[in-house]
Amino acid sequence: MKLLKLVPENTNLDFMRWRNVALILSLIATVTSISYTVYRGLNLGVDFVGGQLIRVSFQQPINVEQLRAKVDSLHLGEASISEFGGPKTFQIRLPKPPGSAAAANSVATRVKIEVERDYPGAKIESVDTVSGKVSEELADNSAIAIALAMLGIALYIWFRFEWQFGVGALLTLAHDIAMTLGFFAFTRLQVDLNVVAAFLTIVGYSLNDTVVIYDRIREDLRKYRKMAILSLINLSLNETLARTVVTSLTVLIALGVLMLIGPEVIFGLAIAIFLGVLIGTYSSIYISAPVLIWLGVKPDSFLKTDEKEAAEAETA
Amino acid sequence: MLEFPRWKIWLIGIVVAIGALLSIPSLIAATPLAGSWPKWMPQYKINLGLDLAGGSHLLLEADSGDMQKQRLQSMEDSVATELRRDPRIDIGDISTAGGRLSFLVRDPSQVDAAVERLRTLTKPVALTGNRDWDVQVVDSTRVVLIPTQTGTIGAMKDAMSVARDVVRRRIDPGGTKEITVVTEGNNRILVEVPGVENPDELKKLIGQTARLEFKLVDLSANPQDVAQGHAPAGSEVLPMADGTSNIAVKRRVMVSGDQLTDAKQSFDQDGRPDIDITFNTAGARRFGRVTQENVGKPFAIILDDKVLSAPNINEPILGGRAQISGNFTVQTAHDLAVSLSSGKLPVKLNVIEERSIGPDLGTDSIHKGALASIVSVAAVVIFMLVTYGRFGFYANIALVVNAFLILGIMAMFNATLTLPGIAGFILTIGAAVDANVLINERIREEIRRGRRLLDAVETGYREAMRAIFDANVTHVISASIMAYFGSGPVRGFAVVLLIGVVTSVFTAVYFTRMLVALWLRRTRPRALHI
Repeated sequence: MKLLKLVPENTNLDFMRWRNVALILSLIATVTSISYTVYRGLNLGVDFVGGQLIRVSFQQPINVEQLRAKVDSLHLGEASISEFGGPKTFQIRLPKPPGSAAAANSVATRVKIEVERDYPGAKIESVDTVSGKVSEELADNSAIAIALAMLGIALYIWFRFEWQFGVGALLTLAHDIAMTLGFFAFTRLQVDLNVVAAFLTIVGYSLNDTVVIYDRIREDLRKYRKMAILSLINLSLNETLARTVVTSLTVLIALGVLMLIGPEVIFGLAIAIFLGVLIGTYSSIYISAPVLIWLGVKPDSFLKTDEKEAAEAETA
Repeated sequence: MLEFPRWKIWLIGIVVAIGALLSIPSLIAATPLAGSWPKWMPQYKINLGLDLAGGSHLLLEADSGDMQKQRLQSMEDSVATELRRDPRIDIGDISTAGGRLSFLVRDPSQVDAAVERLRTLTKPVALTGNRDWDVQVVDSTRVVLIPTQTGTIGAMKDAMSVARDVVRRRIDPGGTKEITVVTEGNNRILVEVPGVENPDELKKLIGQTARLEFKLVDLSANPQDVAQGHAPAGSEVLPMADGTSNIAVKRRVMVSGDQLTDAKQSFDQDGRPDIDITFNTAGARRFGRVTQENVGKPFAIILDDKVLSAPNINEPILGGRAQISGNFTVQTAHDLAVSLSSGKLPVKLNVIEERSIGPDLGTDSIHKGALASIVSVAAVVIFMLVTYGRFGFYANIALVVNAFLILGIMAMFNATLTLPGIAGFILTIGAAVDANVLINERIREEIRRGRRLLDAVETGYREAMRAIFDANVTHVISASIMAYFGSGPVRGFAVVLLIGVVTSVFTAVYFTRMLVALWLRRTRPRALHI
């Protein structure tokens, strides 16, 4: 059997030749992404802004305008209605009513009564009611968790490698998260708790490639002490290229399947991780690696610690 | 590379077998095969989260304002009772305004005696060295009691643990359902009830504090003042439950719901729903005495600061039994009876988050999730096979073993599988082979460099290990933070990722290494096809 080799043996691509072009492009993309997110805002779900989300499934496809008119006639505030996974399932989103969450639930009950009366066989699939207090906490906690995860991982990389590698990891993560945020701002996909879980996962998984490449750079730095840093990074990237491609593909295959045929409720989570892995693959080559050059990682700067270690090992 | 001691083979084999065994009850749980699993085998099962099983999730928060009010009120009662014991101490102008209890001691020479008696009412808070109330004297005659912060926190903690038990008893009087009632943080209770799709029922049960009190009606009060909300000293104005009017009642509690032993929904002579209550011995004695002393006068039945009814005492009630009537339906009478017999909530609870999931959505998610899992495993397996041949095959065996191990460990710890957890499972499948990709690519590389076969395999495993370790640590960091900050479904996702990291390193590194070593030893190949 002939084995599949997606990446030919002994590639010698000059990745770093394009590093400045790639940097400018990444920078533009990141800035655009962040400004767009700030300008347009994210489509935050009830988890983060409070309110109610009611998912209803109907027997037949229904007229959205008609449903909207019915919900509006209840005067519950500005309702938004959107299709959810198919023409027979909809989600009705209502702003949080003044007062306690208990009041909010009677709202859900009214919608439920109305819908079940007018559409025989309609079923309320789920109701989420989140008070302003809880949604604020969830939003804060999510932001803190993502920041902590980024910082924690950057610190770990610093501890395991060198400070330049930690900075590189942090910048890579910031880039990946910014791009994914921009995607969510652009597509208006709803950001809920699951999507935040996806962001945290991206923090772990998009760095996967970076860690592997860093590990190889460290190894090559020790092995080829006379090699110029540019060629050395190119060498490391080429050596790990096959692995980068194969692993990214397996993860993307698995997530692609989940996205296409998995449950609708976690579509946002699946697409976020899918995207994060894709972006992470790019950034591990064009952000993580060149950052090392700019931060002045050189074979001899590494040598000192190496030699120190070697000397210690000998005396010990 | 070739030496692979027999005990290691046995150890790995046993771990794999146990993992597979533990996962089977969860896998066949919803199939007709469930009954055929032998009883003597392990029965551990993975819990399904609410988002998969359907059910209601409520997050309750204690009303700290209500808490403060109640503490002040009960302190006021204790102070009045305690100082009455000493006839020389005459107090007046009691106020609970501004979150503090203050009163005037009419004879300045008795202030010290009063303060001395009050000290016995305050108590030290464990481990803090502070007392729960500060007693101060202002302007030489006014005594002020201020709740200390540690005291308030301590009281809240006590209240929450009582409230948790009360909530559980109300939702599940028989103690048979698989419900979750846990305190979260300082002042919250999380309630999860699988299978209950409509949380309104739950909220009705939890919504009532069910603080039942019997107080005498203050007949001396001027009806006009009462309508305006002013009551004579020693009395208070309360609204009727139907909201039509106000009524003045004595502050002093005759008997309270704490002294009930039982409450049942029943019907009165006219067939209207009411509640039969039974007092404990002390309560019955006290109720009997007060009713004896006040025949012909009305008393008020007060629930959560609203007067349900104010009947006349026609004759002394001595048997310790009474009926509470009000405008009840059978359902409201039943709910109140459950609430009364489960005890009052020490503090009012507000619902601050509420989620309910219908059973169909969950079933649909399970089916789609299972299908997606199978398809993605199949896709990854084929991809690995065409890419690495024999080594891909070994990685695939490891992958399947990994899937069983994750389920087995989850079952063993009785972990909860949530919808995002399924995504975590699939993600782990995709990422678990990364270790094998790293190893296999490294072996390819070493062979290209001209290393001898065994040496190349050995180096491949050794050199890849570092990157595998570091990559997995980053996953552990992000998943742990997720598990710490996340709630419900998200935590379920993090748990799967964490378990997956551990099992995938085991299967992808140690397990495949064993397979490769055994194969090399058996066949001694000249060349590797990788």
